[in-house]
Amino acid sequence: MSQSTYILAGVHTVCYHCGEDCDGGGLVFDQKPFCCSGCQTVYELLEQSGMDCYYDLNQKPGTSRKAKYREGKYNWLDDVESAKKLLQYSDEDITIAAFNIPAIHCSSCIYLLENLYKINPAIVRAQVNFLQKEARITFKNGQISLRQVVELIARIGYEPRLNMSDLEQPATSLSNQHYYLKIGVAFFCFGNIMLLSFPEYLGIDTLSEHPMRRFFGYANFLLALPVLFYSAREFFASAYVAIRHKSLNMDIPIVLGMVVMFIRSSYDIFMQQGAGYMDTLASLTLLMLIGRLFQNKTYATLSFERDYRSYFPVSVSKITGGTEQTIALSQIKVGDKIIVRNEELIPADSTLLNGVAMIDYSFVTGESKTVPVKSGDKIYAGGKQMGSAIKLELVNDVSHSYLTQLWNDDAFKNKSELSTSTLNTKVSRYFTPAVILISLISGLYWMQADSHKALNAFTAVLIITCPCALALSAPFTLGNVIRILGKHGIYLKNTFVIEKMAKIRTIVFDKTGTLTNNKSQNINYQGTPLTNREQIYVASLTHQSSHPLSKKISTYLHSKKIEEVTSFHEMQGKGIEGMIQNGFIRAGALDFAGGVGRPDLHDSNTSTVHISIDGLYKGYYEIRNDYRTGLGELIERLKNRFDLYVLSGDNNAEKKNLEKYIQADRLLFDQQPLDKLNFIKTMQDHGHNKVMMIGDGLNDAGALRQSDIGLVISEDTNNFSPACDGIVEAGKFIQIDSLINYSRSAMRIIKISYTLSLLYNIAGIYLAVQGTMSPIVAAILMPISSITIISFSTLASYILGRAHGFAQAQTR
Amino acid sequence: MMSVLYILIPACLCMSALFLAAFLWSVRSGQYEDDYTPAVRILFDNIEKPNSTNKTKADDSRKV
Repeated sequence: MSQSTYILAGVHTVCYHCGEDCDGGGLVFDQKPFCCSGCQTVYELLEQSGMDCYYDLNQKPGTSRKAKYREGKYNWLDDVESAKKLLQYSDEDITIAAFNIPAIHCSSCIYLLENLYKINPAIVRAQVNFLQKEARITFKNGQISLRQVVELIARIGYEPRLNMSDLEQPATSLSNQHYYLKIGVAFFCFGNIMLLSFPEYLGIDTLSEHPMRRFFGYANFLLALPVLFYSAREFFASAYVAIRHKSLNMDIPIVLGMVVMFIRSSYDIFMQQGAGYMDTLASLTLLMLIGRLFQNKTYATLSFERDYRSYFPVSVSKITGGTEQTIALSQIKVGDKIIVRNEELIPADSTLLNGVAMIDYSFVTGESKTVPVKSGDKIYAGGKQMGSAIKLELVNDVSHSYLTQLWNDDAFKNKSELSTSTLNTKVSRYFTPAVILISLISGLYWMQADSHKALNAFTAVLIITCPCALALSAPFTLGNVIRILGKHGIYLKNTFVIEKMAKIRTIVFDKTGTLTNNKSQNINYQGTPLTNREQIYVASLTHQSSHPLSKKISTYLHSKKIEEVTSFHEMQGKGIEGMIQNGFIRAGALDFAGGVGRPDLHDSNTSTVHISIDGLYKGYYEIRNDYRTGLGELIERLKNRFDLYVLSGDNNAEKKNLEKYIQADRLLFDQQPLDKLNFIKTMQDHGHNKVMMIGDGLNDAGALRQSDIGLVISEDTNNFSPACDGIVEAGKFIQIDSLINYSRSAMRIIKISYTLSLLYNIAGIYLAVQGTMSPIVAAILMPISSITIISFSTLASYILGRAHGFAQAQTR
Repeated sequence: MMSVLYILIPACLCMSALFLAAFLWSVRSGQYEDDYTPAVRILFDNIEKPNSTNKTKADDSRKV
């Protein structure tokens, strides 16, 4: 085995395992560079197990191992009760467990996970589902425990996602399996009914009195039974729900048409009056099911229903007696004593018993500031401990803590998906009564004129107006729009979102993480290189000041030790100065720091802080504005069409910068999560009822929920996002206006399709009221109208998608 | 002559019903749930080292 050596600083290399920059101390092992010992260990392990083609399949396939997991983190998995939810199957010999692993991203991942048995022979088999980022692992009991399996895959960089909400309520199957089954049955019946109806289509009259015709009719009848009673079941269910709620939806006329079609056809077949409409029934059911399938686009790896439990750890370290014990979070109670370590989340409101607490509440408030807490003081849930381990005593349950109370608000209780204001339900409110009226009138008319035709005309109207084309236009248009947007990094929860989006009048933005970039890589230093000593000076000085630029530099240099600063002065508009040990240091404007000749950069997106030490000019920190690129243009495009507001959890330090974009009286600062929710509520109560909230974090969760549409901006869609209606990749934020425009166009497409299909219906009614509509006319007219509508809406949504900048070709 | 259809059509229906049953079975057993991984997995067989113990493919028990 080769020895590992350290990489010299300044040589630019990337890690062989994870592809991360090795700057600031990587190491070389086996002549390959690694960024940290974690990555090197994984490499070594794979090398020994003869699995080095992990690296051949893809370049740098690994995930960074810099953030190590704490020893004993998974001890709670030894507890049978809490681990139970992960198990799919278990007997004396083997156990099968399923894990959700967000890190799965390429074929190397599949290779590695499926060959786990080479690393540990106690693992019998592992199977990866790439699309759902899931691994099912079968292992031998007695040779390896569930905890050891989890530790093994976590060690090689595939830490499974284990959090409270996933374990408490096992994911409901989102799959479209039942649609495939129903479509399969419908297609089978449809094909065979068509085949048996062929003599009718060809008008072979010689058969008319032949017993063969009866035989074909009975066969058709039998084949139509599964279509009506199995495949079409959900249309009946949906119509039934609507009737029970005393409302009308599009499924009512559809079901009415289907039932009439079936009864009339059965009558025709058994009374030998004709061939019936069974072929039409089957083809319409098939098309409608395909429409439903198309509408139900789901993203297997995204969840739009997350609440605080997804963010919280599954287990905590509880102290009983003098010993520390890892237990599931759901089992802790008021009065329990727990230990919270560096970067861990406080799970419930508690008082600090001992230790130095520096709590970062950015998770709750959106404000990035660490708050020192004294022993005996209260710490609120959702805060993150920065620093050494602290000991806490719980004063509230997890579900009744300050942060989690937000979820007890009414906004989280009543948000029904059965929107009554969709275009579809609006149209059907007039459509259904109109159809019934026409059929009754024509029935009554023929009763007078020619009573033989009365029943014929009555049923024919109900059959021909079965609004399948009408009902198909929305699913196909909206389903297609969702798909196109999904390819461009905008993931919407369902098709209702598009409808609501088209009506938006007011847009409310969160600041941190939404208008601004969360990543703090926006600082770099230019000039004479600073020694470690000098960097400590800068860090200590800027730590004293609350100026936003100082804060940024201070965060940037957070790893440096902070020294005491004497004779500190802050000069308004110029800079800060102070003595640290024997050094005199100034930070601020160019002339303040004594630099000459170097002009200040007049770029609105960057600010500079110049540094001098002992009167000697050193250089400057260039701080790029965190606002997302293109924000100015986006606001410019939105400004005249929407009311724009900004809600920020931060203090108003950024007010000046934001005023460039949005009127000052529409900027609200120091907003707590509940304030944000209430702000949206007041807006809605005052008639601004179409409010879209765009946020990113848990602190926006209430507002996202209360608003008509809540969109979440996400840097990494593998991360959790709070419950929302749509997730937008950070890079696509500036396309928000195109998104709204596209939604409006989509609604226009649907309206045109409605007009088209109504025209078809009128033509059909014209034939039907005459009482002479033959089954073959229905069999041709109705599928043709449906197919025209489907092609029109699909094509139009592609073309308009392209026009709004969502071209088809791009993949994510 | 035509009466042969009385046998042929039910026979046809039965045969196609078999295919329908095969389709329904394949959906229910989850074969359509992941259409990506199997396509990748097949490529790994070529790079498999000879001493593999990959014999336990039979235990696909979906029940809990």
